[in-house]
Amino acid sequence: MSVVGERLQPTIFERSRPGRGDGKIPHPPKDALERIPAGQRRSRPAALPELNEPEVVRHYVNLGQLNYAVDTGFYPLGSCTMKWNPKLNEWAARLPGFANLHPLVPDEVAQGTLQLLWELEEALAEIGGMRAVTLQPAAGAQGELTGILMVRAYHRSRGDLERTEVLVPDSSHGTNPATASMAGFRTVTVPSAADGGVDLDAFRAALGPRTAAVMITNPSTLGLFEARIGELLADVHAVGALAYMDGANLNAIMGRFKPGEAGFDVMHFNVHKTFSTPHGGGGPGAGPVGVGEKLLPFLPSPRVLREPDGTYRLERPGERPTSIGRMRSFVGNTGVLVRAWAYIRAHGAAGLREVSDDAVLAANYLKHRLAGTYDIPYDRPCKHEFVAAAQTIRKETGIRTLDIAKRLIDYGFHPPTIYFPLIVEEAMLIEPTETESRETLDAFADALIAIAAEAHETPELVHDAPHSTPVRRLDEAAAARQPNLRWRPTAGAETPCPD
Amino acid sequence: MPYGPHTPDDRARMLAALGIASVDELFSDIPEPLRATRLELPGPQPELELAARLERLAARNRVELASFLGAGAYRHYTPPLVDQILLRGEWYTAYTPYQPEVSQGTLQSIYEYESLIGELMALDVVSASHYDGAAATAEAALMACRATRRERVLVSRAVHRHYRETIATYFTGGALELDEIPLVAEGPAAGTTDLAALERLLGEPDRPVAGVIAAQPNFLGLLEPMAEIGRLAHAAGALFVAVVEPVSLAVLEPPGAYGADIAAGEGQPLGIPLGYGGPYLGLLATTDALVRQIPGRLIGMTTDLDGRRAFVMTLRAREQDIRREKAASNICTNQALLALAASVYLAAIGPHGLRDVAALGAARAAELEAALAAAGAPRMHAGPYLNEFVVRVPDAVAVHRRLLGHGVLAGLALAEAEPGDPSLAEGLLVCATEVTTREEIDLFAWALGEELAASSGAGSGAGAGVPVGAGGGGVR
Repeated sequence: MSVVGERLQPTIFERSRPGRGDGKIPHPPKDALERIPAGQRRSRPAALPELNEPEVVRHYVNLGQLNYAVDTGFYPLGSCTMKWNPKLNEWAARLPGFANLHPLVPDEVAQGTLQLLWELEEALAEIGGMRAVTLQPAAGAQGELTGILMVRAYHRSRGDLERTEVLVPDSSHGTNPATASMAGFRTVTVPSAADGGVDLDAFRAALGPRTAAVMITNPSTLGLFEARIGELLADVHAVGALAYMDGANLNAIMGRFKPGEAGFDVMHFNVHKTFSTPHGGGGPGAGPVGVGEKLLPFLPSPRVLREPDGTYRLERPGERPTSIGRMRSFVGNTGVLVRAWAYIRAHGAAGLREVSDDAVLAANYLKHRLAGTYDIPYDRPCKHEFVAAAQTIRKETGIRTLDIAKRLIDYGFHPPTIYFPLIVEEAMLIEPTETESRETLDAFADALIAIAAEAHETPELVHDAPHSTPVRRLDEAAAARQPNLRWRPTAGAETPCPD
Repeated sequence: MPYGPHTPDDRARMLAALGIASVDELFSDIPEPLRATRLELPGPQPELELAARLERLAARNRVELASFLGAGAYRHYTPPLVDQILLRGEWYTAYTPYQPEVSQGTLQSIYEYESLIGELMALDVVSASHYDGAAATAEAALMACRATRRERVLVSRAVHRHYRETIATYFTGGALELDEIPLVAEGPAAGTTDLAALERLLGEPDRPVAGVIAAQPNFLGLLEPMAEIGRLAHAAGALFVAVVEPVSLAVLEPPGAYGADIAAGEGQPLGIPLGYGGPYLGLLATTDALVRQIPGRLIGMTTDLDGRRAFVMTLRAREQDIRREKAASNICTNQALLALAASVYLAAIGPHGLRDVAALGAARAAELEAALAAAGAPRMHAGPYLNEFVVRVPDAVAVHRRLLGHGVLAGLALAEAEPGDPSLAEGLLVCATEVTTREEIDLFAWALGEELAASSGAGSGAGAGVPVGAGGGGVR
């Protein structure tokens, strides 16, 4: 039986019938648009679909059935932290006081939201051991860009114009080098050591007067804590560079390791990972950035400030000239931040520490269950995720990690992250999170073990998987060769503008 | 822990399987000197108390005001079905559709979103979403530089200040140049992009221009001569970037019709709550010619092994997880759920409904203009507008503040928003949409009349109640 619905749907355009759907908006006076010069008025109407309400709802409810989701099952995607999305938080973000507040109202009208944002900044600064936090970045990658642009501004403020390079380990997320390029730096990729950690010697060789920053994910994308991080940070600072921490894996270390205390100068938080805000099929998220003393003057504007009388306000335009400026319009993905605030409040310090403890315990338990069936390239205690690999299985049977991932779908599970990090062949990056029960972890391990047996006994079953989904594997080459990126409605395109 | 499943017995069994006594052993790899100091946070708070606290915080915001504030984020009617779809777990708790066999819902919905926005824009290619209108515009500016291999962009001063500032921030990295095009100061075209100045800037020797950016309607609500701006840009070998408001595209010429190479904009008006600035929806669209330069995810139609129609992420060689430092952008997480909101909104409201939304906003704005003029606040500019415009009010900042006391959010005081432009110091930027009521307009006009009378020394009777229709200037 399929883990998702089996009925493919026509497109919304194919469901359209001219004349359907009306009655939601009052009709305007006939002369409403007479003030608009004829040459500015739309001459050829947009061929949008025409549907009545039941058709719209059925379209989207039925389409939704084709999706796997946290609400329907286990989502062990490494590096993505697909934990439970609390329902209270969805309710909270929709409270009219939050949802209907215009972003440009005077501060006195927005005291509730401003207080919440200020408290969230304080909480994140405490969790990260940072001096201050900006909530402006809309996602982790925008947080990275914010952080690296602050690094750039810091060096320039000291008249240090020679720093043109950003160092990243070869196990890093693709966003790290892409961010360095966007911020105008050359990326220097440093190979990892044989044990999966940072290669101190390789870093020392690459560090120098041209190094602006080093971007480190800790725990690494292999799920391993960088035990040599203290030495690395000392070396980075000794050459006058700054240390950026990619906080994607913060779910492993809350209450155990505060990056700012350890010496990181700047970090981002992925609230859609660590702090449970839903992934929404790809977004929205939010990527707050924490900074230490050195980068404080460069935080994006506007910041949220607390006045001595206990009221809150936004920084005014031009109030802090050292700022790198704006990363976006208004103040941030506020609705997402409301959810993150609620999550942190629901847990408190002890609860967040327990989150990390349970996430790490679950990952180690699952790794233990899979050892012996799959290759475990780094066989030491992991943090919240670990790499298992199908190198041996591939050698013995020809079955690849991709096949195993697809076969997992037939067993009712979303596949883990595959072929990442890039430095392990046939990698599966598995992250169970703290909100999955032991029964679920066992069922998932049992499925992977059963698939390994199938790879030997009935390899074609695995090779051709999935068998239970509404579509089989897709022709991605054809999609790229002759891109069809939008529906071209033919009927209706020539109909005159409706009056 | 509120959402965790593990009983003490579960934890004990997992620890036993690992052969360890305590979870602390799994953290022994954190060197002693680097271990965290004590974590200090408020809470934990049980759900019942937390819910009450959230309600109290939300209640501290004043959202009951009669609002005439737009300036880049707009109040609209959203059919309840939109949020009911968004609250379905199959949509909002799904991840990025990297496994297409179990993500056809999300993939098809994004393909449909690309198609719907493509129709509105009259352009070929639409990205799966960006963070917001400002970030999308900054990406459009970077795209123009990549495509032309030039390093200078011109942006009209009538593009939203937040957008101009965001472009400037994004440009610091690449050492790219951003110059502003001034606005016409007087006459019938006052407040719109100065075409003669644009021509001069485009003609500066040895400073080739990659792209020209203008907004329609512009920040002051005025309609720009987009076709002429585009012609000038193209004559200089530059690309033309249009910043647009999507509801207006139901009644105004779309970017594809006036020769824009790239269109960017804020999708919030399409069924997305104001939410104090986000999460919103960055719209980004372009022509087939520039498809390999557009950043962000793209969904295409294809077939599966059995020939069934299906949808998949495509042209991924532009993206960071494949190309790393050579990617078109670092974007990864986007605003997918808001793109879904926009699609459901457009499907629910339909082409006629969207046109009615735009036209009704224009009609309400005309009523507002007449009412405010009668109350002593005439328009500042002469040119045509759709549903947002600037009125001239002496001591606008103070009047704006005092009107809050009457329950009126009198738009945006431009002296605070645009401190660098003294010509706008007496301006209030106000807007009306289909949800603006006659009662709200009457209240605004009456209260404004009272305040203006009070500040000119002839005032009386403030707080004496709202005479129905009074101050409305007889435009019922």
